[in-house]
Amino acid sequence: MSSVATSHDSDGQAGSLPGLSRQKASHQAGAGGTRARSQGSRDNISGWAFAAPFLAFFLVFLAWPLLYGLYMSLTGKSLTGANDSLIGLANYTEALADADMWHSLGNTLYFTVISTVPLVVVALVMAALVNVGLPAQWLWRLSYFAPYLLASTVVSLFFTWMYNPQLGLINDSLAKIGLPKVAWLNDPGVAMWAIVIATLWWTVGFNFLLYLAAMQNIPAQHYEAASLDGAGAWRQFFSITLPQLAPTTVMIVLLQILASLKIFDQVYQMTAGGPAGATRPVVQYIFETGFTGYRLGYSAAISYIFFGLIVAVSVIQFLITRRRSA
Amino acid sequence: MATETLARPLSSTATPPAGARSGRRMSPGRIAVLVAAALLAILWMVPFAWATATAFKSETDAAAPKISWIPPSGFTADAFVKVFQDGNIPLWTWNSLYTSAAITAITLVISALVAYALSRIDFRGKKILMTVIIASIIVPPPVLIIPLFYQMVALHMIDTSWAIILPQVIHPAMVFVLKKFFDQIPRELEEAAVMDGASRMRIFLQVVLPLSRPILAAVAIFVFIGAWNNFLWPFIATNDGAVLTLPVGLQTIKSAYGIQYAQNMASALLAALPLILLFLFFQRQIIKGVATTGLAGT
Repeated sequence: MSSVATSHDSDGQAGSLPGLSRQKASHQAGAGGTRARSQGSRDNISGWAFAAPFLAFFLVFLAWPLLYGLYMSLTGKSLTGANDSLIGLANYTEALADADMWHSLGNTLYFTVISTVPLVVVALVMAALVNVGLPAQWLWRLSYFAPYLLASTVVSLFFTWMYNPQLGLINDSLAKIGLPKVAWLNDPGVAMWAIVIATLWWTVGFNFLLYLAAMQNIPAQHYEAASLDGAGAWRQFFSITLPQLAPTTVMIVLLQILASLKIFDQVYQMTAGGPAGATRPVVQYIFETGFTGYRLGYSAAISYIFFGLIVAVSVIQFLITRRRSA
Repeated sequence: MATETLARPLSSTATPPAGARSGRRMSPGRIAVLVAAALLAILWMVPFAWATATAFKSETDAAAPKISWIPPSGFTADAFVKVFQDGNIPLWTWNSLYTSAAITAITLVISALVAYALSRIDFRGKKILMTVIIASIIVPPPVLIIPLFYQMVALHMIDTSWAIILPQVIHPAMVFVLKKFFDQIPRELEEAAVMDGASRMRIFLQVVLPLSRPILAAVAIFVFIGAWNNFLWPFIATNDGAVLTLPVGLQTIKSAYGIQYAQNMASALLAALPLILLFLFFQRQIIKGVATTGLAGT
């Protein structure tokens, strides 16, 4: 048994030379070489057979639309079928000169910046509080994480109602403590913050869980040693917990940036991008140029500009995580 | 990351961390932490509570300019009755349930198969396949909506459940999570089956899959929650009331009911209920599943 196991270990390491390692593995058989070769071609067949179902979906519903979208962005294609011909980079030059495109891209970036900070900090605070070993652990997890299980539409219904200027709970509460009423979703200067508050409530529980899992993976000895040295809970948090969480924090921040860049649902549902385009994110602009303006080609071009932004952030993420693991 | 977290699952009772370990009982510090956690929890429950209070009011009370948690003319379930009489919510819930179940099932099957090949079989082109799958993790779904819509029109799938299901079964990140888990399963466990001359498929089905239940559950939970709550793509792919999912249907209610606040909140609560109930029953598995797949999955 043990000899078989070791031969397979070397098989795993010599992944690029399957024939050779198989030959070693099949020492119990006589004609090692031929067996290895037929095993190799059998592996080729079974490998691709196992991959085939995923690959079929992947090609039809991801690779093809991705490439076809690129092609569309080079045409004047519209939902009315008017102009299907290639027009080169005209869509891209138009998009780069389109003030509405830049405005919506700016809104997306603004939302990303002002949402990422609270979504990470509040999640960290929640996890730190719960990790102190409070009683009724399930209660805290339920309270903080439950909103994450809601559809965006439910969240938007809840918050549109609470933000209602006259009948809303929030303005009523503000009035009770003597503060002025706020026109939450109707004030261009406030609307994006209102969206951030709703988003914080909705999705912070996800980051909270990631932080909590990471905190529980910190070895107990670290804390024991610190306790012996007389470090209090507060000191321990800053000198042990936070540094140990650094890799998790980097990952959470990057994932949060990528998630925030895709903002669409809540905005579309709560303000429809208003007032006066003050909250319209770039995904909504893609949606509107395509399905309201019927300009599929132009909309595809903006999609690819947005994609370029996501790729840039992902490359940064890749470089940072690779440096960490190296 | 995935297997680390699996090896040390989040348990809701164990893990006495920093404060508890130091042996103090209810020190002022711990009381302060408890109060802060409780305040946050109450704050996080307010939207649910206010929606519930509103849903059980009459429309007149819900829209009364003097705001109160307890309505002057008492609580009533009228809004829920009206919403049920419309009949849309149960239909949409059913649509969401079976499309999400189908998406989860197909995703699990095709992802586990390809992940097994990537983990265990030496085949030509494997490295390229692996690279392509990992690279595709970064493709954001909003980029695909325009060409996918065009494609669905060509396939005559607009306004069918197929349009909702098929494009949502590709989760490259989940393939990666599964592959990493399969990598950790000791190969010796498969040796006996190999000796017996079992086929790859039999080894996969009878040896690997049974050992992979925790990660399969984690992936299933993650995919199901995502599919259940997805808005953008189903919103684009379907207009017909008969096939709408819950999140998309709810958006049409909002415009139809307008200022019927109690009915709006009753609908929202009914839409929220299935996953909240599921969470109450499978809390531990869901938390573990999200924590396991979360870092790889977004």
